[in-house]
Amino acid sequence: MLNIVNISKTFHPGTVNEKKAISNLSLHLKPGDFATVIGSNGAGKSTLFNAICGDFLTDSGVIELGGKDISLQPQHVRARQIGRLYQDPMRGSAPGMTIEENLALAAGTGGWLSHMTSKDRKKFREQLSRLEIGLEDRMTNPVGLLSGGQRQALTLLMATINPPKLLLLDEHTAALDPATAQKVLKITNEIVSENRITTLMVTHNMQNALDMGNRTIMMDDGRIVYDVEGKERENLSVENLMERFKINAGKKLDNDRILLSVEN
Amino acid sequence: MSIALTLGQTALELGLICSLTVLALFLSYSMLNVCDLSTDGCFTLGAAVGAVVAISGHPYLSIFAAMAAGMCSGFITALLQTRMGIDSLLAGIIVNTGLYSVNIAIMGGSSLLNMNKTETVFTKMKSLLKGVSLTDYSILFVSLIAVTLIVVFLTAFLNTRLGKAIRATGNNPDMVKSSSIDPAFTTTVGLCVSNAFTGLSGCLLAQSQKSVDINIGTGMLTVALASLLIGGAVLGKGSILLRAVGVVLGAIIFRLVYTIALRFHMPAFMLKLVSSIIVILAISIPYLKKQWPTIKRYMDAKRLKKTEEKDA
Repeated sequence: MLNIVNISKTFHPGTVNEKKAISNLSLHLKPGDFATVIGSNGAGKSTLFNAICGDFLTDSGVIELGGKDISLQPQHVRARQIGRLYQDPMRGSAPGMTIEENLALAAGTGGWLSHMTSKDRKKFREQLSRLEIGLEDRMTNPVGLLSGGQRQALTLLMATINPPKLLLLDEHTAALDPATAQKVLKITNEIVSENRITTLMVTHNMQNALDMGNRTIMMDDGRIVYDVEGKERENLSVENLMERFKINAGKKLDNDRILLSVEN
Repeated sequence: MSIALTLGQTALELGLICSLTVLALFLSYSMLNVCDLSTDGCFTLGAAVGAVVAISGHPYLSIFAAMAAGMCSGFITALLQTRMGIDSLLAGIIVNTGLYSVNIAIMGGSSLLNMNKTETVFTKMKSLLKGVSLTDYSILFVSLIAVTLIVVFLTAFLNTRLGKAIRATGNNPDMVKSSSIDPAFTTTVGLCVSNAFTGLSGCLLAQSQKSVDINIGTGMLTVALASLLIGGAVLGKGSILLRAVGVVLGAIIFRLVYTIALRFHMPAFMLKLVSSIIVILAISIPYLKKQWPTIKRYMDAKRLKKTEEKDA
């Protein structure tokens, strides 16, 4: 489904701030793959997502989605096929607009001049109720009144209301309290498996990285250093994973948040 | 008594006509979150185009010509900021400056056009109302119709998918991009529509006072902004329709207060200073209110230090 071939990106080339964020990275995801991504600080996880979404154009290499080359498409065109969630729950929805208006924008049904119909509202209500957080009764409330967890769940629904070809989750539960984070993860699992959406999820929680999805990718220094799925992955423990990182990246994992969450 | 009534009516007429510009800012400033500094020039552009077309004998066409001219001006402002990397404030100022020359060119090189004998929508309405002897209210009727139509249109427009996308662009551009909508497109459409309103407003003002001079739009942005903020204080929350009506009320209240101030011998040239002060107060008061606890703590600490020094 997603096919990345040899992409590279260097920021501020030719200056003292030159930073090779991604170097010759290749990645292939099969349709329905749910891969978790872990790695140290500055490993290039978010940069990889930015490259896929078109926040910037890569210096070289090809990005294909569903067999089509999207390397040169602008961001809003790629967004038709890619759903994305950020760590910041405030980033994915418009606070001054109501829940149903946000959903209507995300659904994008009808022409430019069409109004929201009662059929649309019924559909939104039905989908909101499946989140089981009571948003279906607050559809005309502005989104700015929701809590971080509610907003992230809403954003998840908005990103998947038209099942995208690819879903990118960039530590989307990191800013939430543990109980809410678990709930949002559960909703994520349900939506992804139900629609069989090809998904990449960055997480700092090693246990989640092994429990969720069918594949785990480890990044360091703009490269993929470890990629595991199937039987081998089933037998992995968090300690094994740390060990593998040390062997493959040639250094210890230095993501402070990962280390903190392992100690707990 | 009758003088007061006439003054009140004039204030109402002016308020209604200028409320079209305020509605334009409601779209660009409140919804799209773009401060469109080309408003002054665009207002004059609408007035000039409307006057020239009306003088050439097309009173109805003049309205649409003025709106189309405003739309073009808005399109250029949008083009500069979305496709050419010019900061949105700067884009407005540049267009505003350029429009000065354009407006004089449209008026055939002169800075003043007279429409004393020209047939306009207002004279048309006057002759229409002759039968029912309501000729004195022709300006009021025309402006009332225009404002009603624009409010209805704007409310319907902002609730369409395109309108929602425009509101979201001002609210959270990131989210618009991830909803696969191009924010450059929504900004362009928003500015075109809002400047069409501004052009219409200028056209109606010029035709109602039967003349247009190059300075007709000067300071319009601040006056309209003051009205917008007053409107927000009156009816700031609720549905779009309610807020749009609040904006119109804001414009009328502004004109009424101004007229009353004139009655109390405030010189007419104070209009712009007063509107500046209203804008300053309306924007800074909420900010200062938020800063107040910090300022208070600072002052308390200072006072405490002083008394301690005294005691020592």
